[in-house]
Amino acid sequence: MTLVTALIAVGTLALVFGAVLGYAAIRFKVEADPLVEQIDDILPQTQCGQCGYPGCRPYAEAIANGDDINKCPPGGEATIRKLADLMGVEAKPLNEAQTESVKRVAYIREDECIGCTKCIQACPVDAIVGASKLMHTVLVDECTGCDLCVEPCPVDCIDMVPLTVTPERWKWDLASIPVKMVD
Amino acid sequence: MGFSQHTGKDGRLSMPSLFQQIQAGKVWDFHGGIHPPTRKQQTSQKPVAVMPLPDRLYIPLRQHIGVAGQLLVKAGETVLKGQPLTLADNSMAVPVHAPTSGTVLAITPHTGAHPSALPELTLVLAPDGKEQWREREPLTLASCDNMTLLNRIQESGIAGMGGAGFPTHLKTGVNQPVDYLIINAVECEPYITADDLLMQEAATTIVKGIDILCQLLNPKAVLIGIEDDKPIAAAAMMAACSQREHYYVRTVPTKYPSGGEKQLIQLLTNKEVPNGRRPVDIGIVMQNVGTAFAIAQAVLDDHPLLSRIVTVAGDTLSQPQNVLTLIGTPVSSLLNFCGFQSEPKQRVIMGGPMMGFTLADLSVPVVKTTNCILAPTAEELPAASNEMDCIRCSSCADACPASLLPQQLLWYSKAKDSEKLAEYNLADCIECGACAYVCPSEIPLVQYYRVAKAELREQQREALKAEQAKARFEARNARLEREKQERAERNQQLAAARQQQQLASGANNAVADALARIKAKQAQASADTANTATETASAATQSSADKTAILAERERKKQQAREYQQQKAAAIAAEMKADENAATDASTDQIATPSDSAAADNSNSTADNKAAAVAAAIARARAKKAAETAPNTAAPVQTDAEASTEAKTETDNDADPRKAAVAAALARAKAKKAAETMQSTAPAETAAAALTAADSEAGNGVDPRKAAIAAAIARAKAKKQADSENS
Repeated sequence: MTLVTALIAVGTLALVFGAVLGYAAIRFKVEADPLVEQIDDILPQTQCGQCGYPGCRPYAEAIANGDDINKCPPGGEATIRKLADLMGVEAKPLNEAQTESVKRVAYIREDECIGCTKCIQACPVDAIVGASKLMHTVLVDECTGCDLCVEPCPVDCIDMVPLTVTPERWKWDLASIPVKMVD
Repeated sequence: MGFSQHTGKDGRLSMPSLFQQIQAGKVWDFHGGIHPPTRKQQTSQKPVAVMPLPDRLYIPLRQHIGVAGQLLVKAGETVLKGQPLTLADNSMAVPVHAPTSGTVLAITPHTGAHPSALPELTLVLAPDGKEQWREREPLTLASCDNMTLLNRIQESGIAGMGGAGFPTHLKTGVNQPVDYLIINAVECEPYITADDLLMQEAATTIVKGIDILCQLLNPKAVLIGIEDDKPIAAAAMMAACSQREHYYVRTVPTKYPSGGEKQLIQLLTNKEVPNGRRPVDIGIVMQNVGTAFAIAQAVLDDHPLLSRIVTVAGDTLSQPQNVLTLIGTPVSSLLNFCGFQSEPKQRVIMGGPMMGFTLADLSVPVVKTTNCILAPTAEELPAASNEMDCIRCSSCADACPASLLPQQLLWYSKAKDSEKLAEYNLADCIECGACAYVCPSEIPLVQYYRVAKAELREQQREALKAEQAKARFEARNARLEREKQERAERNQQLAAARQQQQLASGANNAVADALARIKAKQAQASADTANTATETASAATQSSADKTAILAERERKKQQAREYQQQKAAAIAAEMKADENAATDASTDQIATPSDSAAADNSNSTADNKAAAVAAAIARARAKKAAETAPNTAAPVQTDAEASTEAKTETDNDADPRKAAVAAALARAKAKKAAETMQSTAPAETAAAALTAADSEAGNGVDPRKAAIAAAIARAKAKKQADSENS
């Protein structure tokens, strides 16, 4: 008798928990692949395509599917380290012999711009304003420095210039202060 | 908020409330802190000196935390004392004013009052010595509402004068209820006595400023914190506040850094500001005593923030003292005024010895947040010596006023481990330098934290930017997708519309189409053959109106065909003649051209536009070629020129500018090609001969296709020749 009671009790519990878990699985279903989201958050979102994929998210998906983590020059070593932590793999050096460059933004020499809109079409983050046959200019705050606008320009009027250091962005690089004798 | 939390939660009614404790004069303590030599006696006993006008004033357009205002003046303009130079167009902007009347010399980047010494946009003013004021509109406290007062505070360019430079109108314009207004007159850093002197000399004005702050914030009590090493200032403030019931002057023990915002709050109210929050979140607003003075001046006298008291101290000065200095005065003039005798490797520090920074250049101006200029001798304030390894003595942790773990932070700063740094609350570090002061290994701990903090800020900025870039990228992709869909939809709609139109127009159209096809066929057929048969056939199907039109059309076509035949006959005759000409040499050919082309033109005298245009073009091209092949001989060139003009007049007579233009363009293109083929000189002559021959042939034999072929053959020949000669 006790055996039957125990079996019934355990069986009921199993059914109840099964139902609860089953409901939770449907109710709290996670839609997207969270790994891709996490990888995408680590990537620098320059959308430059230097990894060979059209944007950061496609590369994130590729990493989730087993691609190398060392194809992102804008992210540099820091990004590779984070990706290695996340994916549980060995951190590799950047696959191209590229030094971690200074942050740059595009600059249009406005006198030479002919207003062809080719750079506007190339910009992945809509950081170039202008209209057909009118001068274009770069929104410095929005530019990710991806270089994609430089190639399409028919008159080569786009330069990549390093961001100027402002007192807010200055990193207490005390060694770089010009030492000057006070007299 | 506030009091109830502290009143006898556990039922002990005897426990006095926080407010009662404050009223009773209780002062608390904070963790850590150090006792460096204060060295304030150098300057605290002397009156504030007023400095004569310097030669130039360098006024940085941004002297506070926030953004610079919009520039209102141009170089060369004359400005009056107190005239705003920038306009505060948003809440984060604070204007700057002309500290005296004079001329704006330039607005250029100039070394800024910042440890980086990076150039900042600065207005250079040449004082005229007249001290001419703009019009002033003093306000009375009774007649203004809070909005007017806040606007006046912002327009007067007031930003926190204790050192941080936070815009005062933002701090006093809060909507949260305020329990305590704390006036920070602690001035805990060594050497600095600027606030001390201000209180000694202008206590009543300061209290008027506090009155204005009270009207804006409506606090329950005002706590004025003064360190106990300033008895004269404390007495002056006490006397000035005697009429105000809820103003409490509190002296706090001398300890560094009791002037820190969070530390002073803890000292006076025993409250701690939660991590990542502002004092106003716990009902406290703190203002510097200098700010209160500036507010009183701005509101009651309409005297914007034009000058401030700066302590100029250090053993290299013969007269260390407090100086009432105009904003924008270069540090060098200020030092010279105080008898500066520089020594080798002299350091000049802006701010105090603990939190100040060494200036790279003495042309840096005094700004709104500059409270001290320190020019110490090497013995007085030795430069940092060799850094040694950490011995884990934990003195730094004992000294830290923010109760952080400086050792751990040092490891993580060196390892650049931003996650751990955040975990150990690096952001709460007030950069007071107490840890570096007590460190027996002389590790400049605070420098490491500054670098790490800047790095963290940069990372945050990057993260924010990455997020924005992602959002923009996604928005762009969505837009492109939408546009593509819209285009596809539009195309579909157009196609559908076209189909419907076709369906609606029905069978009549089919007949018309058939007729058109027949007509096209007829035009192709020769003029004389089988016209009557089709005529009758079509006449049967057509209406009478159509019939006449078709007849007229056919008649025209016939006429054209006849003309064409005539031309052909003439052309054949001309060609035979041209063949003879081609046999002769190049020079004679060139000279002969006018007559040739004239002959050709004569033969085509039946008003044929095309022929004339082609002839003209060829003539011009030949002229050009002739000029190129025989640049030395003047005569042929002349004749060619004649030819070309002749041809031109002919084309002009044609009265068809488009055709003429086309001909001219063709001629130019030909000339260019000819020039290209005639790169090498030796084959050039023969090539030219061949070309001219071909051209003359073409010119006479009206058929442009033939001419083109002939020219092409000639060119190919020339090229081959050139190639063979090159190899």
